[in-house]
Amino acid sequence: MRSVVPVTERVEETPTTVTLRFDYAAAAAPGQFVMIWVPGDDELPMSLSYTEGRSKGVTVKEMGSTSRNMQSIRPGTLVGIRGPYGNTFSLDPGRMLIVGGGSGAAVLAPAAEAVIARGAKVTVALGATRAPELLFRDRFRRMGARVEVSTDDGSEGYHGFVTHVADRLLGSEPFDAVWTCGPEVMMRKVVDSGSRHGVPVHCSVERHMKCALGMCDACALGPYHVCVDGPVFPAERLTPLGEFGGFHRDSSGRRVGP
Amino acid sequence: MADLSARCGPLALRNPFLLASGIWGESGESLAGAWAAGAGGVVTKSIGSAPRFGYANPTIETYERWGMLNAMGLPNPGIDEYPKEIEIARRAGATVIGSIFGGDADEFARLGARMASTGVVALELNLSCPHAEGFGTEVGSDPKDVEAIVRRVVESSRLPVIAKLTPNTSDPVALALAAERGGASAVSAINTVRGLAIDVRLRRPVLAHGLGGLSGAAIKPVGLACVWQIYEKVSIPVIGVGGIMTADDALEYVMAGARAVEVGTAVAFEGIAVFGRLVRELGERLDALGFSELEDAVGVAHSAPSASSG
Repeated sequence: MRSVVPVTERVEETPTTVTLRFDYAAAAAPGQFVMIWVPGDDELPMSLSYTEGRSKGVTVKEMGSTSRNMQSIRPGTLVGIRGPYGNTFSLDPGRMLIVGGGSGAAVLAPAAEAVIARGAKVTVALGATRAPELLFRDRFRRMGARVEVSTDDGSEGYHGFVTHVADRLLGSEPFDAVWTCGPEVMMRKVVDSGSRHGVPVHCSVERHMKCALGMCDACALGPYHVCVDGPVFPAERLTPLGEFGGFHRDSSGRRVGP
Repeated sequence: MADLSARCGPLALRNPFLLASGIWGESGESLAGAWAAGAGGVVTKSIGSAPRFGYANPTIETYERWGMLNAMGLPNPGIDEYPKEIEIARRAGATVIGSIFGGDADEFARLGARMASTGVVALELNLSCPHAEGFGTEVGSDPKDVEAIVRRVVESSRLPVIAKLTPNTSDPVALALAAERGGASAVSAINTVRGLAIDVRLRRPVLAHGLGGLSGAAIKPVGLACVWQIYEKVSIPVIGVGGIMTADDALEYVMAGARAVEVGTAVAFEGIAVFGRLVRELGERLDALGFSELEDAVGVAHSAPSASSG
């Protein structure tokens, strides 16, 4: 079943990401996603970037024509919502390292808020191509996380990849767990760092989706279906799969390169 | 425990529950997973000559527990790419039935020959998808077409051929008879029932394609009626499909004349573990009803004494 609701608020977070807020009463937890339908266009899976209370939100990165249309939606426009679907981050408080690359921070921000509320001590390694693209940097700071910034072009923070920052942090400080979301090649490096330093890593994974009900096989990932078995996976489930950081399937089911 | 093995013409299945085409069939690992979960066999996604992306989303609308409307649009990687997925499933030991769809008898025959070389045990012909222009129901509604397509695939593939039939016709028995004349080893009935959903607030159809196909519990009586009618007139085995959620649902199909069944929508509501549960419950049910083997229950409802004759 789906709800059709008006978008209540539109926020330009960075030059390439836009947050849409809408009233959607269904209970949701950090890590979960909804299927958002732009009537007349397509319906896409989007991780919730705001999960608390009635006003939910998604933060949309421009990836193709539908996400571009989604970004241009103005308050008052009706969209279809179904979900939330998928599993959640397990919010055991501890010393958390959160590693976000690009729009990956969208799903990590509500998870960080929730785990901080439970008493966790959170460090965020936040990476982007350049300073204006650092998604939710201020939101992470406001919630009380320590934020270590990196940019590919050196325009803010460490000049280089967020994976280097994460590896340095894991090598120099004790952490109980790592959460990461971002490009798969990035997550794969974070997973390697975690295993080298003996810290468990959970990854939020993205795949093409159609039904979101564990039926159509569009989001098959090895023996898993990202829509119902994920999107959050412990790294040890992903690393044996050649396709994690390797290939994904297009809309026809063909295996295509990373 | 009653013997659940199913004999469906030339096909010998460890149990009667087949994974229906279109469900979990895009990747070899998924087919292998359905087999490991207990399915008696797995039917692949319907595979065509070239890759197809299918329709834009929304492709699915759900109705609580009683049904689901879909118009996926026959997405598939195409016959050149797909054999590697079948190979993964076969290496896992799965009994794989290859589903194909074409626009005419020539295309079906070519696809049948290709699919037959992948090691599948049988072919299922999609003559019944209700929402793809030029395919499915559009080539499977006229008995003459059905007979010609089946005959050509039987000749080109030399494998058992199962014709999957549409319920969106006034005379499903005529289609089944045509498949039998064409040399089919079995028919499966039914594919989804054509349906539509409209969002009143948006004043538009919900599915991107508009029309879709209804599956799930809502269509079980439709499927049962088709199987019942076909069983009375056709001598090749019937595979029952449509709304099977419980062992009793399956047993209804068996008593109507089905020798095996396909399960699809239940996977969305319950996950792939549905196969293990159905197998276990069917065994218990047959025991409780006094059947020592599934075979003994096939078609029994047709010979039930009438109330007045007792």
